[in-house]
Amino acid sequence: MSVQDTSASIVASPSLAPSSHGYLFGFALLAMVVLTGPLYAFPVFLIVAMSFIIFASGFNLLLGFAGLLSFGHAAYFGAGAYLTAHSTKVLGLQPEFALIIGVATAAFLGLIVGVLAIRRNGISFAMITLGLAQLVFYYVLTAAWTGGAENGIQSVPRGMLFGIIDLRNDTAMYYFAATIFLLSIFVVYRVTHSPFGQVLKAIRDNEQRAISLGYEVRAFKITVFVMSAALAGLGGGLKAMALQFATATDVHWMMSGEVILMTLVGGVGTVFGPVVGGFLVVTMQNYLASLGAWVMAIQGAIFIVAVLVFRQGIVGFLEKRTGLKL
Amino acid sequence: MDVLGIPIQALLGQLLLGLINGAFYALLALGLAIIFGLLNVANFVHGAQYMLGAVISWMLLQFAGIGFWPSLIITPLIGFALGAALERSMLSRLYETDPIYGILLTFGVALVVQGVLRAQFGVSGMTYGIPDALSGGWNLGFMFLPKYRAWVVLVALLVCCSTWYAIEKTSLGASVRAATENSAMAEALGINVARLKTMIYGLGAAIAALAGVLAAPIYSVSPLMGADIVIIAFAIVVIGGMGTLLGSTVAGFGLGLVEGASKVFYPQISGMVVFIVMVVILLVRPSGLFGRASA
Repeated sequence: MSVQDTSASIVASPSLAPSSHGYLFGFALLAMVVLTGPLYAFPVFLIVAMSFIIFASGFNLLLGFAGLLSFGHAAYFGAGAYLTAHSTKVLGLQPEFALIIGVATAAFLGLIVGVLAIRRNGISFAMITLGLAQLVFYYVLTAAWTGGAENGIQSVPRGMLFGIIDLRNDTAMYYFAATIFLLSIFVVYRVTHSPFGQVLKAIRDNEQRAISLGYEVRAFKITVFVMSAALAGLGGGLKAMALQFATATDVHWMMSGEVILMTLVGGVGTVFGPVVGGFLVVTMQNYLASLGAWVMAIQGAIFIVAVLVFRQGIVGFLEKRTGLKL
Repeated sequence: MDVLGIPIQALLGQLLLGLINGAFYALLALGLAIIFGLLNVANFVHGAQYMLGAVISWMLLQFAGIGFWPSLIITPLIGFALGAALERSMLSRLYETDPIYGILLTFGVALVVQGVLRAQFGVSGMTYGIPDALSGGWNLGFMFLPKYRAWVVLVALLVCCSTWYAIEKTSLGASVRAATENSAMAEALGINVARLKTMIYGLGAAIAALAGVLAAPIYSVSPLMGADIVIIAFAIVVIGGMGTLLGSTVAGFGLGLVEGASKVFYPQISGMVVFIVMVVILLVRPSGLFGRASA
């Protein structure tokens, strides 16, 4: 316990006074980029990037604002992907219902893991979330309906949104995903700027004091864990819909590592950090894919640099330079 | 002779295999527990250090003609040096920050090591012969016991016991514990805390490398051989009680056996059984089998 308390917190929060200009500017820029995105890149690539960003934003809600490092977020991302894929392909549900089922399953999984894992702190917490995520991974490998390690669920139909909009059209799919994406980032912003979010930060910065102030710390932690898992599931579901498949890669622990990298590079505990970090990591993987195993080594090297010398991340760095909250 | 409808030979065979796996779990969990208990670092690079032990052992044989027995000494020494260098150059900068950064740094290092070796060797396994003196086995009447496997269990037990003894019962161990309990006080008493921490990390890495040398003749040597076992070892450390050496040893061997038994009775869950046990332990005893309640 003593080690935990004396050590520097994961995020330095320089001031509590919110500077809304930064966020306003950020959202305006984001909306502009999202609207004009298809002019510069393939819609499907952008949807995949947005899915990962939603995933990373959900992860950051937990790490950045509650100080809880989950090393098993691939489980919720994968659950969202598999359940959404299964619901549209086998059950023939409409895409919006399929997504809801994916998100609900991820949230439920998050509830179970959250209840179990918050019994421990710090490193034990990380290891327990990792272990439970492995349980999900092995389940996906052995269960009959998931298609095993190699196949996964393939050729998933995108279906008709609300029964009218045909998502087979990449542009329609793009704007559907873009709407969900912008809403998700806004939700994260709202949550972190609500009284609930302030209590989370209090728990992150000094758990003992939050307890003595009378907050139900356990309930807050479980709630944010469920929210975070739900966002991860939403990202997974959207990704499965855009690429039309779900595979074991989505649940593998390497995916949990990737989402940490996205958050860390972008800036832990900032609203726009995971947006920047997620986009960079997905883009990097896309363009370096031909290097094969070297991509893993490069990602590892970025991890090392980020931890040793660039802990505040890109957006954290911008915050410091511009004085705006982002 | 049947047990619950399973031929006893099959059961004993799987239990023996489980015991071998358990020996590796125990060794890796021991290394993790030392590093975690004394440095408060969750050493994610441990699986890569184990894998490096096997690969270095293979390379020594391939390129220098150095066989199993010398490798049993040389490889852990190399592992110690690499570990100590990693601690000095990177990990030691993170002791004052949130322990989360220790996980993230070692995770990054693991990716680099595994990525580079994968680019170099690919993912297909390389073989390493069982040393002549340990080939063959004994017929116990009800089953065949390969000598090499018995040897692995023996070495693992020996290493676990002597490490436990060194840290819990000797004066060197006492200064190690003092340094981690209150490093300012230990420093005032003339203990070189920084060097001690480097030594501890090096020791953990050396044990992982030793496990790698032992693994080389049984499992196929490949750059990804440590990737999944490290997660199992983490789970075992949680089950045994974070940072307790006795707990990680007992839990390591025990879970190897449980896993072996599950392969006979209920093979579908054999990959998950360690994590299922982890969940049960967390529900019943959140601090682990041998953990202190406050940990």
